Amino acid sequence: MSSLEELEDESGDEVETMTAAEVLSKLEEAWLNEKFAEDLLEAKTDLVECMMEQISEMEDNIHRAKKGDFKVSIHRLEIDRIRYVLSSYLRSRLTKIEKFATHLLEEEKLRKDDEPSKLSPEEFTFAKDYDKLLESHLRNLALRHMPAHIQTLDPKQTAVRPNLDKYVFLRVNEDTEGVLVEEETLDTGEEIVDMKKGDQHIMRYRPVAPLVASGAVSLI
Amino acid sequence: MLAEKALDLIRELERSVGGSLPPYNEDRVRQVLEEMRVLCEQNQKDVSATVAGESGLFSGVQVRHAALERNKRCLLAYLYNRIEQIKKMRWEFGSVLPTEVKYNLCEQEVQWFGRYNKLLANYMRSIGGCGGLDLTQDMKPPKTLYVEVRCLVDHGEFETQDGNVIVLKKNSQHFLLRSECEHLIRQGILEHIVH
Repeated sequence: MSSLEELEDESGDEVETMTAAEVLSKLEEAWLNEKFAEDLLEAKTDLVECMMEQISEMEDNIHRAKKGDFKVSIHRLEIDRIRYVLSSYLRSRLTKIEKFATHLLEEEKLRKDDEPSKLSPEEFTFAKDYDKLLESHLRNLALRHMPAHIQTLDPKQTAVRPNLDKYVFLRVNEDTEGVLVEEETLDTGEEIVDMKKGDQHIMRYRPVAPLVASGAVSLI
Repeated sequence: MLAEKALDLIRELERSVGGSLPPYNEDRVRQVLEEMRVLCEQNQKDVSATVAGESGLFSGVQVRHAALERNKRCLLAYLYNRIEQIKKMRWEFGSVLPTEVKYNLCEQEVQWFGRYNKLLANYMRSIGGCGGLDLTQDMKPPKTLYVEVRCLVDHGEFETQDGNVIVLKKNSQHFLLRSECEHLIRQGILEHIVH
């Protein structure tokens, strides 16, 4: 991986010192989490941008390399793989954004200024326009022709929301103690689990959602 | 029965096989809307009669209102699920729809498709700051750099990235960069040969 190592040096002058391989593994983790999580996770914009730069630099390197060099095809395959992970990651985000557009925009409205947004600026624009597009379509074709008092579209009823109670597989990256899995109810007591590094669990998504966001567990 | 026609619309979508989209049933949609109008009128009549002092009409009003809500829900579900299908086709066929598919859409849906296209293109161009990323490529994890493909139709000339021009003739076989011919494979022009 000579060119990858070269790239590491070049990217060293950025604010965060991360090697290309680290960025890739971070991106892969984000990709898997995004794939298996039911709701939208925080956007990893800097990872995406960094990886895009890497790709174009690697492509430049390849162009400079001798034609017919055996290393070229290996590097090219590597680029293809990275690009697949990248597109697949953004694709699964986009699918969720389309599905939960109304819900996400509501969340965005309620968000306080100091909380980070789940959507990147580009994704936010997309969500907004998409939501508008869908609503105007439904209005033009059906709602407009309905009796006046039921023409409204109530987001409380119609917005698609993620099912946070879905079960997910997860692997623990950091020791975490006292995760409240089940709230106390009338019949049963509360259920608390201590997670050790390397453990694998199947549980509802809701209680572990903050841990996924902080990186203490990853979904598999 | 009330709201039967709206349910038919849903059934029609459900029965369409293998992701194909049945024609937009404009007549049926209009009938449903007409039924809603009639229901609403009857309700208004009964309500004003109740206000005028008549009793015993209330359960009728409630049934009609439930039917109205159901009709609305079915209609919206019909439209929404069609949109989902149309979106899926955007990812499969690219930005130009095959004519036989287009034939099954109503005019607004064609317009919607165009706008969605634009939206998607804008988003993809804005990714990562420089030049963007075509998300409709790389749909499957890459295994090899080159793939062997066979032409299924006469497609004409095709220029590869390194500047060579090859002629894609029916039944001819080629060894191409996977990233270049992925779109053509999905459009059914090429076939990936798996040994």
